[in-house]
Amino acid sequence: MSIGNETLVRIEDLVMHFPIYRGVIRRQVGAVRAVDGISFEIQQGETLGLVGESGCGKTTTGRTILQLYKPTSGHVYFKDKDLTQLKPEEMRKERKDIQMIFQDPYASLNPRMTLHDIVAEPLIAFGAKKGKAVNERVAELLKLVRLDPDFSSRYPHEFSGGQRQRIGIARSLALNPSFIVCDEPISALDVSIQAQIVNLLEDLQEELNLTYLFIAHDLSMVRHISDRVAVMYLGIIVELADRYEIYNNPLHPYTQALLSSIPVAEPEYYETHQRIVLEGNVPSPANPPSGCRFRTRCPLADKGCSEEQPQLVEVRPGHFAACLKIDQQISEKEVSIQNKK
Amino acid sequence: MANLLLNVQDLETQFATPEGTIHAVSGVSLTLDEGETLGVVGESGCGKSVTMLSILQLIPTPPGKIVNGKADFLGRDLLSMNNSEIRTIRGAHIGMVFQDPMTSLNPVMTIGKQMAEPLLLHLNMTKNEARNRSIELLEMVGIPRPADRLKDYPHQYSGGMRQRVMIAMALSCIPQILIADEPTTALDVTIQAQIVELVIKLQKELGMSIIWITHDLGVVASVAHRVAVMYGGFFIEDAPVKELYANPLHPYTIGLLNSLPRINKEGRQRLYSIEGMPPVLYQKPMACPFAPRCSFVKEHCWQENPPLIPINSENHKVACWVNTKTGRER
Repeated sequence: MSIGNETLVRIEDLVMHFPIYRGVIRRQVGAVRAVDGISFEIQQGETLGLVGESGCGKTTTGRTILQLYKPTSGHVYFKDKDLTQLKPEEMRKERKDIQMIFQDPYASLNPRMTLHDIVAEPLIAFGAKKGKAVNERVAELLKLVRLDPDFSSRYPHEFSGGQRQRIGIARSLALNPSFIVCDEPISALDVSIQAQIVNLLEDLQEELNLTYLFIAHDLSMVRHISDRVAVMYLGIIVELADRYEIYNNPLHPYTQALLSSIPVAEPEYYETHQRIVLEGNVPSPANPPSGCRFRTRCPLADKGCSEEQPQLVEVRPGHFAACLKIDQQISEKEVSIQNKK
Repeated sequence: MANLLLNVQDLETQFATPEGTIHAVSGVSLTLDEGETLGVVGESGCGKSVTMLSILQLIPTPPGKIVNGKADFLGRDLLSMNNSEIRTIRGAHIGMVFQDPMTSLNPVMTIGKQMAEPLLLHLNMTKNEARNRSIELLEMVGIPRPADRLKDYPHQYSGGMRQRVMIAMALSCIPQILIADEPTTALDVTIQAQIVELVIKLQKELGMSIIWITHDLGVVASVAHRVAVMYGGFFIEDAPVKELYANPLHPYTIGLLNSLPRINKEGRQRLYSIEGMPPVLYQKPMACPFAPRCSFVKEHCWQENPPLIPINSENHKVACWVNTKTGRER
């Protein structure tokens, strides 16, 4: 895989608040702060994993990048064009290049359309192909995702979950995009089918030089497919690093707890490892805690954490974390490494 | 060896659908010892939930039908009990936790009312006793301010808390067996870790046996003593947890374990994937149900379904004609 040094997508201070209305005159009484000021870049040919628990804003981030929601503030640069400033007809042109694969392969396909119609729709809508060329392109796409073109007159209900996800992938590839947002593409699938889809996504990335934003809550699969991983908590990014660094040397207490909660398929693992079990639940994004958002569940939190909101800073080259206790964390790690020596 | 608590033999459950009969469970046997945690693993549609629902006669009939089998629990056959008899077992002796805590709690009933129900019914408690016991139970599963929270409705609880309530309800009559059907699948990983730790702790305190149904091989590794793998309506492998992960013998188990990305291994390798799809169970399979997807498949596999028999040791049972170590028929 070739990862260029070229930045394909750049997000700056992206904010997406959903207003909450109450009362007879529908006055705005507050906002769900789904995404609350995040910045990151995605390089050409790279896979950036975005992980976090439900409600942390990872799907909203994906959808806001695609301008499916109009962001409250902030910028999304795609190939140096600011998508947030484009007029609708200009944005429509850009959409060819930016596609999405959805989580639920059952809900994201129209049950009354045949496989052929589903995959041909973007081609016709954008006038990319006409007449016979449409059929040729559809057959080509189906082959690309390892579906039999003979099935093209069948309806979605005749396919299994894994096959339906392949249809969704074929549709997203129809217009030769360079960037695809994969929103939990495998979480609705069985274990043995998940591996098939992940392998397919990796093959396609290599063949077509695609760039992925891979949103998921399955941390072991994210580690497998991503080059770099961003961890989200309650609307902000708390840690961002390359996958080796984040899994072997997590610096944010939330990342550490999240990694330690992953069930490992090795019984012996549990004889030597103690899980870090976080207390309590994720607070509501309509009313996030003051200061550091993780402080209500953080084992390290003290008074200072409620007063100051930590910024995402580059702790080591390429390793960003947002924690006020970061110096303490690093020095403890170094002490323990020296003790081992 | 511990005492045998539950002994299911040759259970067979079918569903009549307009397209034909679905052979969801086609003759499975399983045993559960006192104090043991059995993990039941399999993909969706393999029959793991139907097996457990059948044991408690919770299959909607029609269209479902238990065609054959026995489920011996404390000397009595659960499958031949009539309605009022089985109701004394459900909840009181065998508790059950379901996958989706939102749909398994009554949305228009307060948590307190729902929790009191089994206590009033099975233990003949007074309302006051039931209330006090409910507060104790909520405290046990770690719900803060339990006395106040009894007045709340399910929608006022978070997903993890609802699952805690389900567990508290299932344990309220101190059952000998807790059947947990994918109890953490709908939850986030940090909440899943909380629930897993909670169940392990409660088992130590109360000493019940657990059947934990899941498709997550990671969760099973952390909770189970013994694991049974299901495929296409049959158990295809059954072994102590360490033995199964270290030395899987059935091609399906091997494939499943290999298709997981390993978090504590380095380097990016291509994931192993089992080609094809799980079978549709319109016919009772005469051949091995895994044969169409199996890389070890032999002539014999297409002719006869292999029985689940001990291989190597008494504890490790496998249903396969092929020795996967040598690639030859046994």
